[in-house]
Amino acid sequence: MLSPAVLLLLAWMAIPLAMTLWYSFHDYQLLMPRGHGFLGFENYAYFLTDPGFLQSLGNTFALVMGVLVITVAAGIGLALLLDQPMYGRGIVRVLIISPFFVMPTVSALVWKNMFMNPVNGLFAWLARVFGTEAIDWLAQVPLLSLTLIVAWGWLPFATLILLTALQSLDSEQKEAAEMDGAGAFARFYHITLPHLARAITVVILIQTIFLLSLFAEIFVTTNGGPGTQSTNLAYLVYSQALLRFDVGSASAGGVVAVVFANILAIFLMRLVGKNLEA
Amino acid sequence: MARALDGRQKLAFTLIGWVLALLIFFPILWTVLTSFKTEGEAIAIPPKFLAFDWTLENYVEVWERTDYLRHFRNSAIISLGSSLIGLCVAVPAAWAMAFSPTRHTRSVLMWMLSTKMLPAVGVLVPIYLLFKRFELLDTRTGLIIVLMLSNLPIMVWMLFTYFKEIPRDILEAARMDGASPAHELLHILAPMALPGIASTLLLNVILAWNESFWTLNLTAAGTGPLTAFIASFSAPEGLFYAKLSAASTLAIAPIVILGWLSQKQLVRGLTFGAVK
Repeated sequence: MLSPAVLLLLAWMAIPLAMTLWYSFHDYQLLMPRGHGFLGFENYAYFLTDPGFLQSLGNTFALVMGVLVITVAAGIGLALLLDQPMYGRGIVRVLIISPFFVMPTVSALVWKNMFMNPVNGLFAWLARVFGTEAIDWLAQVPLLSLTLIVAWGWLPFATLILLTALQSLDSEQKEAAEMDGAGAFARFYHITLPHLARAITVVILIQTIFLLSLFAEIFVTTNGGPGTQSTNLAYLVYSQALLRFDVGSASAGGVVAVVFANILAIFLMRLVGKNLEA
Repeated sequence: MARALDGRQKLAFTLIGWVLALLIFFPILWTVLTSFKTEGEAIAIPPKFLAFDWTLENYVEVWERTDYLRHFRNSAIISLGSSLIGLCVAVPAAWAMAFSPTRHTRSVLMWMLSTKMLPAVGVLVPIYLLFKRFELLDTRTGLIIVLMLSNLPIMVWMLFTYFKEIPRDILEAARMDGASPAHELLHILAPMALPGIASTLLLNVILAWNESFWTLNLTAAGTGPLTAFIASFSAPEGLFYAKLSAASTLAIAPIVILGWLSQKQLVRGLTFGAVK
């Protein structure tokens, strides 16, 4: 009963991955139907020395880290808040988690046009109200803008998971600490935070999986630009393959992305594993 | 004394909570409001919050001038199709692992999780070429296959965590009482397994509805789901805020509402059962 699922997943992973590997060592241009000669590591050399590569690696890292820092920090704050007694908590919760269900193309276009547009956007209007210069968000600070857009979409996820973990915290322990005269900060640092550690690592692990292949938000807002200022690894591979039709070097890029993700995955799985044992 | 303090604290938390919630929700609210404005009012400075001539013309326009309905149907077919087919594969697998675990079960599960770590760009080129070769590009069938496969690990994991909670003693008790296997399945297991299966289906429909890597890369105009349809508004000539807002509202409304209903299952499904 297990085998169909395993076989399907194995095929889904192994066949395309093997093909990516094969292409990455061959000369394969979609628009030039000549023979696919063996190139050795030439595609890799081409991809890795592409001036956009190092930047895209840095951008990938910056986007993942930026979104993680914002969502985990703000998520802890929001989760702590939502755990308090308040009127209409259910509605507050529903409002806060809503952005998670908005498809990336919608959220990116709404932010791009209605908020970050330098002329008609709400941010530009706010800037004028406060008497400062309106900035062209996606042109002047593309990476920061993308980080904000993506963080908005993932904040609900972090909040919801941290809140769920928080609610499983034994309240007696907190009360006992309070009786013993532990301050709010001490209680948070010594009781709540360790309790949340596992949920935090899970949030980091899962968000990293999705953030590494961030694509749609870049696709509909900056197209990786200006220049390659907001190109991440996923977008660079896409542009090699489907904009420049260079299958060989795109595949080399794909392999690089897989290796990069695996290194990160091993590191993250260790982190989570450690927390599971604790 | 303490009660008065508690009351005041509760008011303060309520105030902070509502302000933050409305701030976070504001982009969605603003999109919905803008969808009822004329194009002129949509870019008015200072912005008009509620005092504008409410109109439905954007919805009429999106409905009549674009293929909204076709894209909506594509989204529905692709997300439901991939989730239902996925269930057919995932239920037996999760069932087997939950009820007759072997010493490999744990590693099979971890391996499935690890396939989610494979970045989609790593297989973009071959999938694209295979799709081209087998004429699956720009077809719903192709997207159903790809989305089903990419969500399969999540489905198996999620179902596994639900099935594991079904007490096995009940089965044995039923067998002692002389229940036939068919009776066992229909009257004892199904009622206990269905909630988990339903939650898994719900979460996967949401994930597939919003999936925007494969849907953008493997479709052109015709069979694209709503993600691709909305992306077509990114062209500069498509810069009409009110119409973009109306199309966006129509695209996200069903899934945002579905999402509200599935908050609890969401946590469990997306954390591979690690946080419940």
